[in-house]
Amino acid sequence: MNNDEIRANLLKRSRASRNERFGKLISGACITIIIAVVVSIFYFVASKGLATFFEDKVNLWKFLTGTIWNPSAKDAQGNPQVGALPMIVGSFSVTFLAAIIATPFAIGAAVFMTEISPRLGKKVLQPVIELLVGIPSVVYGFIGLSVVVPFVRHTFGGSGFGILSGTFVLFVMILPTVTSMTVDALKSVPRAYREASLALGATRWQTIYKVVLRASTSGIITAVVFGMSRAFGEALAVQMVIGNAMLLPQNLISPASTLTSVLTMGMGNSVMGSLSNNALWSLALLLLIMPLIFNILIRWIGKKGAMR
Amino acid sequence: MTPRKWDKIATFVLYMISIFIIFVLAFLLLYILISGLPNVSWHFITSKSSSFQAGGGIGVQLFNSVYLLVLAMIISVPLSLGAGIWLSEYAPKNWITSLIRNAIEILSSLPSVVVGLFGFLVFSINMKFGFSILSGALALTVFNLPLLTRKVEDSLQAIHYTQREAGYALGLSRWETVIHVVVPAALPGIITGMILGMGRIFGEAAALIYTAGQSSPSLDFSNWNPLYIASPLNPMRSAETLAVHIWKINSEGIIPDATQVSAASSAVLVLFVLLLNFLARYVGNRLYARLTGVKERN
Amino acid sequence: MKKKWILFLGLIPFVFLLSSCGLKQSGQSITAVGSSALQPLVEAAGDRYTEDHAGEFINVQGGGSGTGLSQIQAGSVEIGNSDLYAEQKSGIDPTGLVDHKVAVVGVTPVVNKDIPIKNLSTDELAQIFSGDITNWKQLGGPDQKIVVINRAQGSGTRDTFERWVMKGRSTVQAQEQDSTGMVRQIVASTPGAISYMAFPYVDDTIKTIKVDNVAPKDKNVKTNKWKIWSYEHMYTNGKPTGLTARFMDYILSDKIQDEIVASMGYIPVKDMKVSRNLAGKVETIK
Repeated sequence: MNNDEIRANLLKRSRASRNERFGKLISGACITIIIAVVVSIFYFVASKGLATFFEDKVNLWKFLTGTIWNPSAKDAQGNPQVGALPMIVGSFSVTFLAAIIATPFAIGAAVFMTEISPRLGKKVLQPVIELLVGIPSVVYGFIGLSVVVPFVRHTFGGSGFGILSGTFVLFVMILPTVTSMTVDALKSVPRAYREASLALGATRWQTIYKVVLRASTSGIITAVVFGMSRAFGEALAVQMVIGNAMLLPQNLISPASTLTSVLTMGMGNSVMGSLSNNALWSLALLLLIMPLIFNILIRWIGKKGAMR
Repeated sequence: MTPRKWDKIATFVLYMISIFIIFVLAFLLLYILISGLPNVSWHFITSKSSSFQAGGGIGVQLFNSVYLLVLAMIISVPLSLGAGIWLSEYAPKNWITSLIRNAIEILSSLPSVVVGLFGFLVFSINMKFGFSILSGALALTVFNLPLLTRKVEDSLQAIHYTQREAGYALGLSRWETVIHVVVPAALPGIITGMILGMGRIFGEAAALIYTAGQSSPSLDFSNWNPLYIASPLNPMRSAETLAVHIWKINSEGIIPDATQVSAASSAVLVLFVLLLNFLARYVGNRLYARLTGVKERN
Repeated sequence: MKKKWILFLGLIPFVFLLSSCGLKQSGQSITAVGSSALQPLVEAAGDRYTEDHAGEFINVQGGGSGTGLSQIQAGSVEIGNSDLYAEQKSGIDPTGLVDHKVAVVGVTPVVNKDIPIKNLSTDELAQIFSGDITNWKQLGGPDQKIVVINRAQGSGTRDTFERWVMKGRSTVQAQEQDSTGMVRQIVASTPGAISYMAFPYVDDTIKTIKVDNVAPKDKNVKTNKWKIWSYEHMYTNGKPTGLTARFMDYILSDKIQDEIVASMGYIPVKDMKVSRNLAGKVETIK
């Protein structure tokens, strides 16, 4: 073999390197497609949602704090009545309440599955949780309507429709998501941590509470935030039980509405490009922005509170 | 209170929580099945639905659901796998990556009605696919991609770096390591993600109302040429899925037996998701054993 | 080996996309989109049409009157179904749209079965829905809070009800539902509930109410004694041609009007003794 051949061989890309480039290309192409989808949806929703403010000249502040939603009519001064506050409050209430109830259950179940009885967890709880995800939201809605609403009516009074019913339904709906993500977070805590703690004479609960949960705090927070985003965006089931009254909620058992419920109800009935339609897209834009905000917020809290 | 006692109490509480969750599911399942199954018959599952008389079935809807599910998964699984691999293995650690991650996360919480309208305007109208299975499958892909991608990334991340180092040490490129070592090891997690995604697709209604449509042409089950308009396989025909059917008969349906049909459809839907679960789990275990040589996954 | 496998999987969607762009369908089809209330009727007629005319398909989709009117205006579908006159919908330019009235439907107030009241005047009804009357006691009923259930804004049924009952009064902010099925279910299960719905949806889980001593019956609608009714419209962009024209003729034929329209609880247009125009002017048909 002469020197030139060796030289050429050395300078040529190796098989592995070609392979590597190929892989990078393929996966890069996939992520590019996804980014394209994300960008186009953002662009699409933003361009429609912002039209309310730029084309129909609705004041942003009035939009966020107004309490009357009646886009097809105008008030005494001739301004369109698009006040989204009742929906914003409604959405946040159901989301936070559902997350507050779901978090302890999700953490409990996840701890059970990873620390107490992985065997039972894998054989029983995991399929159960995956199945809960598979129940369509329409079905959740009907069970909510025929079980939860009468239950709330008999126990707490009122018509049964309202934030409380919405909370119960959402609680069951986000539970599987939060649980399975918490399980992932707990599983990623290195085994050595547990062994070290147990070796120091800590009981199982002490290990869980003081080591495992602390070490996976940020993962758990992510799980909860993710569940909250799901709750925030859930439409059909909530719409069936919350009552859809565009009123500022006075208590937990009077009919209220969420951003999604108003959005779903109004879309088919309004004409593309009219103010009523644009105002609904503004709500969709809010739906996109809100999770972003509490994502950032909770990440920030998580950073502060995480155990160093 | 001694730590030992606390330990006992905590264990008890955790057991209770787990039992509670199982109880909730059992209740939901029993409720759906008990109210639905008495109305399910072979005739119901196989016959055509009726628009205003009693006694319609869900045969076409069931077929549509499965077909749409298959198409949507064919499109979204490779995409999400590739994207997940990129995010987990190739992504530079900078603000752009975290921006992408955040954007994907936000997208996954987008209400499905918005995805549906997006699909309607983009796929059905701009790309001229009309109300068709193809538009529906693409909309479902948009709806499902973020969650699948995230799940793939998480599963890959959970694989210990020593496995990767072992791959590199054997002289494999990064890509080969990912394909031959990391992905097989992460398969159980990925499969779980896919199952969850399939369940979501199967039960999704709002994203399909404006894309795949709310009715099907009268299908001709003897003609399997995908180019014929009434062929079951034609991807350009409109298709009403089971979940959309449930939604439709409950909202504006005027068939007299709407309650029974919707309860029975829900039962069939849930049974199907159950079946999908077991099937995917079985296949996942087999695949895992095949690819890694490990008998039991943990 | 595995590489090829993954490459193959990755290619499927693209191949699929490309091939389906080039797909040319055999057979002929038109699409009708819009009002979800009208959908079952058009769907049934479409099915029957395909049975009679092999190879011609009517693709019927819901999505709401708003969607139907915007899409027919944009020209992306052949027929737009609507519960309202195109002129009544803000954001729609009615010029160029051709209206085909295919059926008439009455709207009746309905209440929970526990409410013993049988008759209300139009004015009392308006007061209930504007929030001036809040207890059944005020109308001679039991001491029970009135739970008003409204339809979503822009819904055809709500529009009809507001036009002929509220007559310009604004409705109280109350529960809103976007489908008749939900309204029926809620009225049936909520004590003290009142709402309204189209005749075909009324069943024995709820109770209808006479208005001004007129019973909600088809025969009263035909003579305009029962005033709360509306036409169901199918709009085409310009004069219909080809399959669209044939289908419009078909749906307006006596056979379909008698067999399908009537048996679904709608009133065939040809049976009407009066006609009513956009402005609400009633004329007797000779």
